[in-house]
Amino acid sequence: MKILYCNCTYAKVVPTDVKQAVLRQLSDSGLAFDAVADLCDMSARRDPSLKKIANGGCTKIAACYPRAVKWLFHAADAPLCDDDVTILNMREDPAADIVRELVK
Amino acid sequence: MSRTEGKNLRVILYEGPGSTPLGNEARYQMLTSLLDDGFEVTRPVVGQAVAPSDNAPLLVLGLLDRPPAFAADGEVHFRNLADMKALDAAREIREETGARTLAAWKPWFPVIDFDRCTNCMQCLTFCLFDVYGVDKQQNITVQNQDNCKTDCPACSRVCPEVAILFPKYTKGPINGDVVREQDIQREAMKVDITTLLGGDLYGSLRTRQREARKRFSTERDESKALLERKRCLGKLKKELDIPEEVLMTLPSAEDIEERAARAKAKLARRQARSQTMKDAPPAPSVDEWGI
Repeated sequence: MKILYCNCTYAKVVPTDVKQAVLRQLSDSGLAFDAVADLCDMSARRDPSLKKIANGGCTKIAACYPRAVKWLFHAADAPLCDDDVTILNMREDPAADIVRELVK
Repeated sequence: MSRTEGKNLRVILYEGPGSTPLGNEARYQMLTSLLDDGFEVTRPVVGQAVAPSDNAPLLVLGLLDRPPAFAADGEVHFRNLADMKALDAAREIREETGARTLAAWKPWFPVIDFDRCTNCMQCLTFCLFDVYGVDKQQNITVQNQDNCKTDCPACSRVCPEVAILFPKYTKGPINGDVVREQDIQREAMKVDITTLLGGDLYGSLRTRQREARKRFSTERDESKALLERKRCLGKLKKELDIPEEVLMTLPSAEDIEERAARAKAKLARRQARSQTMKDAPPAPSVDEWGI
């Protein structure tokens, strides 16, 4: 299981307190993870690493709305497999819920 | 270089064999400063998976006793955090490798939800900035992201299926939030451009231009023409949430007329061809959609 965290650096539409709390607990957790500055930016660039993430088996993604994340990957020619991916919504859900899902 | 070109530098925060572990606070501070400056950061842990390397340049940072062995597809650089700060090291390598710097842009472009899209092409015909196109299978596609006007979600508002997302938009369902029944029924989501402008879009813009010219020539009243233009643009702005600066960059009336003429000519050619063939109209080619 891989973990991907999106910092939403370019627009800050994800609440800062949620973002920071998730990142801090992820950082302290002893888990391996990848953190990207901004998934939207990567999708716009069709970053090849999105394809590797999409093809790399089970992944938990802490970012924003699942519908947005799904189609951002698709737009980058890196469609996610619904069965392998859990998308956690830092824009709507509390940090505690996100972290609980990430570390379990 | 386009703002969507180039590769990001990926930073590995290394705490494995041959290094001293970073403290929790130090690790978190490095993570936030690197991410806020546009870097991608990986924290590997022995026995756990992270994203595999690609051709992007890598920087391995840590309190290193010796450079760790690292298998990667692209170039790998090492810096010791005992000698310098993480952000300084990352910026140095970014410059050295020509990786992307944090661009002053909001990644603003339409993302199509193909679970909802019916390929009606309304977005393609509506967008005046050639953001949309069609692929070889005649499916709608986002062709020129860079042409999209930041903070303008107008094409999403005219999509009858609520199938166009702008993830950086503040409100749902345009931001990717779940589409609810009331969203589909909401008048704003079902904006009919013809109703909005009292005719077809190009026709309306042409009429407006003619009226403005007539008034200008007879009354020589520049302020009245400007007021009229403001009223029309204000309507677009209000109904479709188009930012003022985007309205100011709309193509000129001449450009719009030219597009309309091209579209009309292509339609006429298609109709003539389908009559000749006495068959169902063929699927339009890439060129034909690109008005």
